[in-house]
Parts: sequence; C-alpha cells; structure tokens
Amino acid sequence: MRDAFAKEMTNLASKMNNLVLLSGDIGNRMFDEFKKTAPNQFVNCGIAEANMMSMASGLALSGMRPVVYTITPFTTTRCLEQIKVGAAYHEAPVVIIGTGSGLSYSELGPTHHSLEDMAILRSIPGLRVLAPADKNELIAQLREAVKFNGPTYIRIGKKGEPNLHTNLNNLGICQGNLLREGDQYLLLGVGPILSEAIEASKILEEQGISLGVASLGGIKPIDDNFLKSMLKKKFKAWISLEEHGIIGGLGTALLEWMSEISLDKRIRIKRIGVPDKFIHELGNQIYTRKKLGLDSTGIINTIKSL
Amino acid sequence: MTIKSQVNFSNLDQIARKLRKRLVKTSSSAKIPHLGSCLSCLDLLVYLYWEELSINPKDPANPDRDRFLLSKGHGAPVLFQVLAERGYYSINRLEDFGKPGSVFHEHPPKPGYIPGVEAATGSLGHGLPMALGMALAARILDKSYRCYAILGDGECNEGSIWEAAMLASGIKLSDLTVIIDFNKWQATGRSREIMTLDPLASKWESFGWHVQEINGHDFYQIKHALNNARDEKNKPSAIVANTIKGKGVSFMEDNNNWHYKTPNEQELNSAIKELEVSQ
Repeated sequence: MRDAFAKEMTNLASKMNNLVLLSGDIGNRMFDEFKKTAPNQFVNCGIAEANMMSMASGLALSGMRPVVYTITPFTTTRCLEQIKVGAAYHEAPVVIIGTGSGLSYSELGPTHHSLEDMAILRSIPGLRVLAPADKNELIAQLREAVKFNGPTYIRIGKKGEPNLHTNLNNLGICQGNLLREGDQYLLLGVGPILSEAIEASKILEEQGISLGVASLGGIKPIDDNFLKSMLKKKFKAWISLEEHGIIGGLGTALLEWMSEISLDKRIRIKRIGVPDKFIHELGNQIYTRKKLGLDSTGIINTIKSL
Repeated sequence: MTIKSQVNFSNLDQIARKLRKRLVKTSSSAKIPHLGSCLSCLDLLVYLYWEELSINPKDPANPDRDRFLLSKGHGAPVLFQVLAERGYYSINRLEDFGKPGSVFHEHPPKPGYIPGVEAATGSLGHGLPMALGMALAARILDKSYRCYAILGDGECNEGSIWEAAMLASGIKLSDLTVIIDFNKWQATGRSREIMTLDPLASKWESFGWHVQEINGHDFYQIKHALNNARDEKNKPSAIVANTIKGKGVSFMEDNNNWHYKTPNEQELNSAIKELEVSQ
C-alpha cells in the first residue's frame, strides 16, 4: 500500500503545484520518484511530528495541499493536539497518512502498534477517518482527499496487501462496497484485514454457511445509505472487523449507528477487534492476528459461536 | 511592500499609550486576564502593524499579505485592540469583548471570525510551527510575503518551538522572523528559574538562527532589528526582545500577579491616571 501511495503522490504532484509531501524522516528510497518529479514539494521534517503537523496546517492555510506521512502512532497520537487545533479546528485541508497501521509492525511492539488511532481521531469534529482495504481504495480516497476543503486521516497498511475490491467504479470516501456476496451473516470491515474475512467466507461457504463481506472504507463519515441497504437484507447478525482496539473504532461506530435505528429493525452486531490490553508476546502480523482471533480461523470461530 | 524610510516614533508612542488605556479598561470591565502579558508585547505589535507588515486592513485575505501570528495566544486582548485601531474592524465591535456569544474572548479564534487574525492560538507552541508552514508555502508558491510570530518566553518551554527552530534553520527559511517577548515571567514564576531558559539568545543562535537582542519597548531598536532581519537572506531571524511584564503601569510592572488579575475600580483609575500623565 505504501508503494501505491508513493506512486499516486508522484502522479498527483505532477498535476498539482500546491501539493506538498511532508515526511517524518521515513520512506528512505520510496519517494525518489516524487522528489525527481517535484523536488520543491517534498520536505523531510525530521523526527519532529508536532512541528510537522502544525506546519502542515500553516501550509494549508496558505493555499497548499499538504500530505503528512509517517508511521501511524507518530502521525496521530504523538501530535494529537496539533491535529485537533491546527488541522481540524482550522478546517485546514491537511491529509494525514498513517502507515503501518494496526498490527503491521506487530513485532516492533506496542510503541509501533496503532490500536486506538481511529477511536481517538473520530472524536475530533470535522476530521474524516478512513481505512482503505487495498491500494485501489486508497488511491481513490487520496485523490478525493487532496481536493477536499478540510482534514482527512487515512490509515494504511505496509506492503504486500492483496487487492480485495472487484468493483473499482464505486471506490472513494464514504463508500461501502460488497467484496463478497452472502446472505446469512454480514461482515463489515475496514482495512487490509478484510483479506482474512474473505478467506473465512470461502471456508464457511464449503461448510454451508454464507458470509457476506463488505468494506466500509472508513469509519467517519460512515456510509449511511449502504448500511440501510444492508439492513434490508435481513442478515442473522452483523460482524465488525478491524485491526484496531475493540473500544471506539468501527465496531463502536456501528453500534452507535444501529442505536439510532428503530427498535424493530435492529439486529445484533458482534465486534471483532483487538482486546483492551497491550500485547507483550510478540510475533509478526500473521502470528498476532491469529493469537488474537482476528485471522480467518478466529472469524470462523466467532461466527459459529453466534 | 513599501519600506518607510522615516518612522514617526511620536505617532507610535501615541498609539501605544491609547491602546494601553483601552487594554486596561477592557481588562477591568470584561474581567479579561493576562493584562501583564499584553502590556509587555504591546509596543512590538504596534511597530509591526504600523511600520513593518505589508498588509491592507481592507483586504485582509490578500494572498500576498505578510502574516503575523501571535503564538502567545493569551495576548489576544492586545491583538484585538491593535487590529481595531489599525482599521480591520470598528472599535465598537470590542464593546462585546468577553460577553456571552462574542467572538472576542481570551484567545484568537480560527480565521474567518475576526478580520486580520491569521491563526487560532492559545495552546502554546503551535503558532511558530504554523508560521513556519506559511513561510514555506510562500517559498513553494514563489510569493514574496514574510511571516512573523511573537512568542512568550514561557512558551519557549514547549518542545514544538525547538522542533520548529531546527527545521526553519535547516531549510534556511529567511522570510520567517520570530520575536520573543522576553518579560522574564511565566504563569507561576520566573521563566529562567522554572526551566533553564538562559542563555536564551545563544540558544536560538545555536539552533541556527540569526539573533538580535533588543529593548522591546524601544521603537528605534525594534525598527533596527526588523530591518536587519529583513536583510538576512540565509537564516530565519530571532529577535529576543527584553520587555517588562505590565509595562506602562507602575504597580503592574514586573509584578506577576497581573498575569491573571484584573483591575478593580480603584486600580483602573490609578492606571488610567498614570497613563494619561505619561502623555
């Protein structure tokens, strides 16, 4: 995903002389093409994220379209107040990219896990919180975000994530999309972890259980029309899936959404996410997903338990 | 931008005295704190708005205007007085200062509510990095405007100030000028005793800035320093302005009680009397 990000940024910079990429001293060779294409539009801001985020809002208030890029904990909670005051309160068109989100850097430990970023950022007025499932969804969202007159946070993975979307015409911000049809259960997810849900759906199908899988693309704004259309399909239950803590993210957003629906139309939502604890026994992303029940087996077990 | 060769210092003195009186009256009537902090940076703002900045109060959103950010946002009362007197809006609007529903309260709001306000400050350590971003935008978009920020000495406790200081010099952002309102106090004590602030000028110098140290109440020295900053083409400029908290009212000068305190009727009368006599 990060390579697709770098490539699309280069493409956008070739057309927008007011696009500026701020990096927190990461992406060693990744932005070589960008720098070649738009040398004056790249700034390595060093390991100083508070300054980088305020600086981005200053740029945005002066006609620029800044895109801030570093590893998720450092571009979100590290500079939270700068996001709230500089970007969001000023309604500044700042695009914040968190790379290596969730458990992408699992083996680097809790300092590099981001399992609270969506929960915290969605509480900030006017800030859009996105989590594309694959590079195509990311590109569509990025193209919209750099033209939008307000701040956007986009939470992305690392590298090697599979393409999950089949209908590329309906990608963008606040766009729910079915990735796999099903009629008994519906899994609504965000981010690359949806690959685990698709795998689970295939296995369940062989066992006679039908699981639909959808990407919501983000948690704020949430695609109200898409959810309403899903509600009409009368699934037995909805399952939320996110590589994020169980508190405050997609699952919570869906519960909030459902609570506004009239009682007779409500259906059960089962949340799958990272439990409310720090992870001490480390392994790679595959290991940790499995251990926490976020992999395809974990999803299957959860659905069978409903 | 037209750089005036002749500065009318007596006119600046008159404006400063007028605004000091208004500040003290407003602080008293609307119970607005930070009077001492406002009085210490008032002369700096007067010089900037009447002599230095390339601005047009009738066209506050002109993309080529110079930008001024009051990074020490708790000095908003003085900024609001300066903007009114400079013609951004009628002085009558300040009659609502501090009233429920007014946009004029203790800190500058986001742009769009009060003409001339470039950024919402008040949380310390944000204004300078934002000014840095604005100055960088000028460079990328090939514009010639300059950016200025006034910082408090207490505000220099914030790490983000020094993050910005390192980056601004690293990218040689010479169109950025910082003035530190060095009044030697922060909210609860002497700024040099709470953290190791000294040597303040050398700190900025060691961070790669062009540094000058002046008397921040002397218009001649302010003019000289800002002219030098304008001539510096390789580094951002820091002007360490030695100031007196509560400047202009004898019983407020260098008395940190006036960080939060607002004048009662007797104190207001005494202050106004002093300020009128000094005319």
